[in-house]
Amino acid sequence: MGFKEKCFKKSLWVFHLSAGSCNNCDIEILDLLTPKYDVERFGMKLVGSIRHADVLLVTGIVTKKTLPRVLEVYNQAPKPIVVIAIGACPCTGGIFASGYNFAGPLDKVIPVDAYVPGCPPKPEAMLAGVVKLLNKK
Amino acid sequence: MGKKTVVPIGPYHPLLEEPEFFKLYCDGETVVDMEWETGYNHRGIEKICESKTFEQVFYVVERICGICSTSHPFAYANAVESIAKVEIPVRAKLIRSIVGELERIHSHLLWVGLAGHFLGYNTVFMWAWKYREPVLDMFEIITGNRNSYAMFTIGGVRRDISAEQATQLLKVLDDVKIKTDLLVGAVMDDPVLHARLKGVGILTAKDIHDFGAVGPTARASGVDIDVRRDDPYAAYDMIKWKVITTPEGDVFAKAKVRLLEMYESISIIQQCLELLKKEKVGDIKAKVKEIPAGIGIGHAEAPRGEVFHFVKSDGSNSPVRHKIRAPSYTCIPTFRRSCIGGTISDAAIATAAVDPCYCCTERMTQVYDHRTGKRLMNAEELIKLSQQKTEEIRKKIKV
Repeated sequence: MGFKEKCFKKSLWVFHLSAGSCNNCDIEILDLLTPKYDVERFGMKLVGSIRHADVLLVTGIVTKKTLPRVLEVYNQAPKPIVVIAIGACPCTGGIFASGYNFAGPLDKVIPVDAYVPGCPPKPEAMLAGVVKLLNKK
Repeated sequence: MGKKTVVPIGPYHPLLEEPEFFKLYCDGETVVDMEWETGYNHRGIEKICESKTFEQVFYVVERICGICSTSHPFAYANAVESIAKVEIPVRAKLIRSIVGELERIHSHLLWVGLAGHFLGYNTVFMWAWKYREPVLDMFEIITGNRNSYAMFTIGGVRRDISAEQATQLLKVLDDVKIKTDLLVGAVMDDPVLHARLKGVGILTAKDIHDFGAVGPTARASGVDIDVRRDDPYAAYDMIKWKVITTPEGDVFAKAKVRLLEMYESISIIQQCLELLKKEKVGDIKAKVKEIPAGIGIGHAEAPRGEVFHFVKSDGSNSPVRHKIRAPSYTCIPTFRRSCIGGTISDAAIATAAVDPCYCCTERMTQVYDHRTGKRLMNAEELIKLSQQKTEEIRKKIKV
């Protein structure tokens, strides 16, 4: 187990950053907090500031206007931080990859630890992504 | 007036799900002016649509907004079918209406939850989102996905609703109705919510006309508009339902309109399912050979108001021009009336009251002077204006 994974054995605090998304992944992330999935029982919770976060969830394509903001949020994050790309958009650009305002997939902008593809990924898939990341040898 | 304080909110703020930037100019506790900046979410969808075929555009417009992912394909289908002059089968019309109304239920529940969250009433948030889950499960059973349903196609729908699914849907609806009763009781009788929402963010009927606001925002101010009744599409002229309006115009009225609309949606789906039994199973798509050259206009009533699509075809297999106008585009400017004059603490719920959807709103706009036909303020003109100002200052201070 690497240093990064060891740091995150306990409750994970999550910051959600919507780079340029269609709301779909964002509401599915919120869905994780509500009674059906209720990730708060594992100590995970959404925090208001990136300075308190262990995990950065990024949804949506990185547009030309959000690119400097995404970088700034990442630079403000306490390291080590886990970055998870939620949905097809930050992974590859998805359906918007041919758009003129697309600034490249997320891993060209900041280092990414896990990819959860899908449009939108189901809340179960997001949980599975985090579990896979934590079990990484 | 004393010194103004600027309170910046966003673009990444715990209150906001999407990136947008508000600047509240405050004098003490009172908001005296506000500005907002969007454009973070602009993905160039209209241009992408021009590179896709008519069939593929459905999956692009669906992803304009994850919450209105039936309304945009609905309006686009209406536009394309008006070019091709296709009459779609009754069964397809009914299924379209069912999916559209299910979406309204899930969107309004989502709004009630988020409004509760903005007020610091997380119990309402958890309740509303818990009751929303069975609706999403139903979507998964009918369409195969919880969001982004890919249900529409030119000339009809892609999947049929079987008798078993219909029975299951009716059962879920009965359940949702009981839960809505609970939620309506909890919201309407709560003294704290009354104190917090009544008389806050009032929009008069004149404001609605001035800004051209649509949907529940307009109906809560007593403006009786609804595309489903005014220009019926799909199955809305085959069934009995009523448009909910209330004259107060405050945030509480908007909550009331949305909650009562859920009952109407439930009743529409029940009637559609009843009519569905009489139609032949599997007759869900009319044959469309080609889209001729022409101009098509389609609109649909999304949970937030009227969605408008304009499609121009030159007879090839993809649109030459696709123009989209989402409801939030006209609802968001009403913030200037609802927030200014209120306190900072009321600004959050006054902005949330119109159910703003910024990813729908991120459209490019150019303003033309209607007298000269000249485009106002492009980048070059702004630079020119800036240079002029420098020139004037130079003259003034003589350097």
